[in-house]
Amino acid sequence: MGKIIVLLFGSFLVYCTLDFPDWGDPGSPASTHVSPYYIEQTLEDTSVPNIVTAVLADYRGYDTMFETIVIFTAVAACFLLLRKIKSDEPETRMYRHIPTGTTFRIKKGGRYPRESVDFERIDLQWVPYGVVIKTTCRLIIPFIQIFALYVIAHGHHSPGGGFQGGVILGASVIVYAISSNLRSSLNRFGERIAVLLCTLGVFLYAATGGLCLLLGANYLDYSALAPIFGVDPVTARSHGILMVEIGVGMAVMAAMISLYYNLSSGGKFDEGL
Amino acid sequence: MPDLVVIITAKLNYWVYIVLMMVGLYAMIAKNNLVKKVVGMNILQTAIILFFISIGTKHNATIPIIQHAHGLETHAVQAVNYANPLPHVLMLTAIVVAVATLGVALALIIRLHRQYHTLEEDEILAQLEED
Amino acid sequence: MMWVIEMIVLIMVVITAIGAITVKDLLGAAILFGAYSFMLCLLWAIMGAVDVAFTEASVGAGISTVLFVAAVFRTSRRTRD
Repeated sequence: MGKIIVLLFGSFLVYCTLDFPDWGDPGSPASTHVSPYYIEQTLEDTSVPNIVTAVLADYRGYDTMFETIVIFTAVAACFLLLRKIKSDEPETRMYRHIPTGTTFRIKKGGRYPRESVDFERIDLQWVPYGVVIKTTCRLIIPFIQIFALYVIAHGHHSPGGGFQGGVILGASVIVYAISSNLRSSLNRFGERIAVLLCTLGVFLYAATGGLCLLLGANYLDYSALAPIFGVDPVTARSHGILMVEIGVGMAVMAAMISLYYNLSSGGKFDEGL
Repeated sequence: MPDLVVIITAKLNYWVYIVLMMVGLYAMIAKNNLVKKVVGMNILQTAIILFFISIGTKHNATIPIIQHAHGLETHAVQAVNYANPLPHVLMLTAIVVAVATLGVALALIIRLHRQYHTLEEDEILAQLEED
Repeated sequence: MMWVIEMIVLIMVVITAIGAITVKDLLGAAILFGAYSFMLCLLWAIMGAVDVAFTEASVGAGISTVLFVAAVFRTSRRTRD
């Protein structure tokens, strides 16, 4: 049944493609009305060579702002669906004695070796002890983060921007959580910090628009920020784009980390992938 | 015969997008497993993104980053020389929204598995019938 | 020569998409979905959409695959179809 529907629908769509403009046709309707304006005027309007960044954060700033809010809403929905605030005590816990490498299973009610240097807690299902993986990830994570900051800051001149840089920053924390375990990652980058940064990123975006409004221009019209930065209005728009991209980067980074924490631990924030 | 070759080279990208879209649609309506359905939803989304990007391409055009932007002499920017940036912008946001919807869908799946201990749709429906 | 590369990538995209929905192991489906995203990323880089390709490489092939693997790890791995 499903195959019949899919075949009928697909053949109808193939028939429709005969009316489409040819692939790579410069005179197709999509490329003739509004996009030549963006291509020809971007450098004069914003002094940003990367047209995609300029259209994303300046010409169509509302779109990106509400899209950041969509990501924030997804994080909130995931939190409300999965998070167990009062997690019941797990049945058993596993500990590893580091000098000898032996593992201990401690039943509920037994004595846990708390705050010990020799013992570390490990997950029940997933117990890798990979020196190679841990050391490599520890070495590689600073470079990932530097590259992510470069992607955010250099989005004006090269491919990149807030979304990509934020995702790479989030991926560095996720790599740490995978290579060691979820608890040590939560010690470094907690759940509260993640949600706070997500909110702060959305707020930074909205506040940049509000600042333009206070200075007497339209919402998200960055040329009004010229007196603050002390530059001409065209360069001010470029700086405004950078502020907005930083907000997007913070929100996306925190959203990705929060989604990963919730999904990998099933909302318990106890043992994860 | 050359006409056919011209039509094939001009429309091939659209046909591939239709094939991908149908693969995603088939997975969404015919597969029984919920994770497979979510994979199908993502394939459908990326097929539509592929369609939009295919619309924005131009022959002999470069990437939408203006060249020699900060040189001493300024060149006149011709729209024909750069790929259409507008579909890129729209699809950039669509990809990030896709990962947000993916997160919510997977959260729903984990919640369902916690309650019914299965991911197969017919088993969940059978358990609902019993109640 | 560019169209040869593009043809190979287009065929690989269709193969990985069909593989991702037919394989009987959900972890395998997640990994095949990551391969599918990466092939699409290559395709968009060929078409000149560098920003979209960058986003797809980091979001689709990176984070989405990790989220799928995490969800499969939390639930069950086997499936009948």
